[in-house]
Amino acid sequence: MAPTNSPVARNVSLGERLLFEKSAPGKRGMELPPLDVPSVDVAHALGAENARDGVDGFPEVSEIEVIRHFTRLSTWNYAIDLGMYPLGSCTMKYNPRVNEFVARLEGLATEHPLQPAELSQGCLRILRTLELFLLEVTGMDAITLQPCAGAQGEYAGIAMIRAYLASRGNPRKKVLVPDSAHGTNPATAVTAGYEVRNIRSDSTGRIDIGHLAECVDEDVAALMVTNPNTLGIFERDIAEAAELLHARGALLYMDGANMNALAGVARPGDFGVDVMHMNLHKTFSTPHGGGGPGAGPVAVEKRLEPFLPTPVLVEKPDGRLGWDRNRPKSIGRLRAFYGNFGVLVRALAYALAYGPGMVEATRDAVLNANYIRKKLEGVYDLPYEQPCMHEVVFSDARQKKHGVNTMDIAKRLIDYGFHPYTTAFPLIVPGALMIEPTESESREELDRFVEAMRSIAAEAAENPELVKSAPHSARIGRLDEVGAARKPVLRWKPQ
Amino acid sequence: MYPANYKYSQEHEWVTLEGQTATIGITDYAQHSLGDVVFVELPKLGAKFSAGQTIGTVESVKAVSEIYSPVSLEVTEVNTALANTPEKINQDPHGAAWLVKGRATNPGELAKLMDAKAYEAYVAEKEKEAGA
Repeated sequence: MAPTNSPVARNVSLGERLLFEKSAPGKRGMELPPLDVPSVDVAHALGAENARDGVDGFPEVSEIEVIRHFTRLSTWNYAIDLGMYPLGSCTMKYNPRVNEFVARLEGLATEHPLQPAELSQGCLRILRTLELFLLEVTGMDAITLQPCAGAQGEYAGIAMIRAYLASRGNPRKKVLVPDSAHGTNPATAVTAGYEVRNIRSDSTGRIDIGHLAECVDEDVAALMVTNPNTLGIFERDIAEAAELLHARGALLYMDGANMNALAGVARPGDFGVDVMHMNLHKTFSTPHGGGGPGAGPVAVEKRLEPFLPTPVLVEKPDGRLGWDRNRPKSIGRLRAFYGNFGVLVRALAYALAYGPGMVEATRDAVLNANYIRKKLEGVYDLPYEQPCMHEVVFSDARQKKHGVNTMDIAKRLIDYGFHPYTTAFPLIVPGALMIEPTESESREELDRFVEAMRSIAAEAAENPELVKSAPHSARIGRLDEVGAARKPVLRWKPQ
Repeated sequence: MYPANYKYSQEHEWVTLEGQTATIGITDYAQHSLGDVVFVELPKLGAKFSAGQTIGTVESVKAVSEIYSPVSLEVTEVNTALANTPEKINQDPHGAAWLVKGRATNPGELAKLMDAKAYEAYVAEKEKEAGA
């Protein structure tokens, strides 16, 4: 007998419509209790020009419809809690549950940011403990936790360099950026009012120190360098680069995006870095929230301390903590209150849970990347062959012969149950496959990933069409990315 | 492939001179490495650049790349058609998809650039490096 009802699962897997399309007049998500105070005429109280009866086109839906809508969408997602997420440069490591437990403790979750400092000593102590921890890990002298993302941290760092140099009479004109840099580095320099000059990489994938020496002059404010760089290679000449810069009055900015390869092992403050940011959502296991709350603390060498964003957390003689807002040389405020407190709590929970064991996380991240490098080196082209740090970059040169490129391989990886790696970056490797396993993955999981990558390489040779038309198992197939970029549809409109 | 009456830069721009007017574009090799171009940012009319300065950007689905002026230039015309049809850069990089025209303020600089033959050898070497 044929079933009279469709299986329940069918409903969940149907194409989910937008809330706007589910709207019907009169549906409500909540019922307000009867008014128990005298009614006020809004138009009278606020002025007629500020009053309106409703919002045109605003969706009218019930609570359960909203809950189902977002719960269904959440099942379309791929997350680190579902499987390996080897997105190079992004450090998609596991976000330990202890972080969430601590952030949800009532005393922390319900604190109000406008509560006076005298009544917030516990929260301030958390911030101070995190500051001291990050200073210990980086070897720097002073820090701000305020920036709410890596890019804002970069901007704060370069703005401080500019303010420092200006205070000495000349902010200078240029910022040097290696050709392997994250795109945010040149963008930061330009936003801070500098001209960008590219520094070449040498045949080992490191900064060409000779080229750097030629480029450092009295117009150079700073070099922005990521270490390890985006090829996953340690810039071993970093101390020499710092000396070259310092000799000409320029500063060394380190993009700490890859700090997860150094934490507990090497300290930027010890190899000449003057300013650096780190991404708590990369190195210190706070969630990467779809553009949601992040944290990009910036640590500085002591001569830049007067320029830190205001306010600065200070320990008073009586041992209590408070805010110093009298900072005449400060670059100013960057963020409401003191950054994203909940994220900072999670980072400290991680730091205290690991403690000195964090060095093992760092070593495992490097070990895992090198394991993948060795296991795949005969299958995918390796443009820079030396041992890597926390991530490894292959190219699609071998698969290109069959008409298969890095994007095709990445899409096929979805069919094998993995999130794609980073494609087409860094730019100095044509057709890059940038893989960062992080320390979170077990050897068994790494083996499954290697097996999938080997299988895809075989498919690329034997049945390239299968790879080029992937993904086949996903809810939605290959998207028209070019069409979406050239003729974007930015908002839903009623038919 | 590469027009003989054009000169080429190491950064993969081409330039051709008619009288005092220089026309600048990106090469077929450049458009091929970029992939599908989705957006072009061009300079303002009257803007002045010296050789090697950034005059705009080309954005593809993969990356945003800067366009460097191969010669010193005062901009007199930009290819406004590219705003709505950036794909022309992929289809006809050496012709209809020119980017900028301007008065070459130091025409002697053209002599420092590569001719078509030298540029072909240059990109052949690049492709070999890329392991293709």
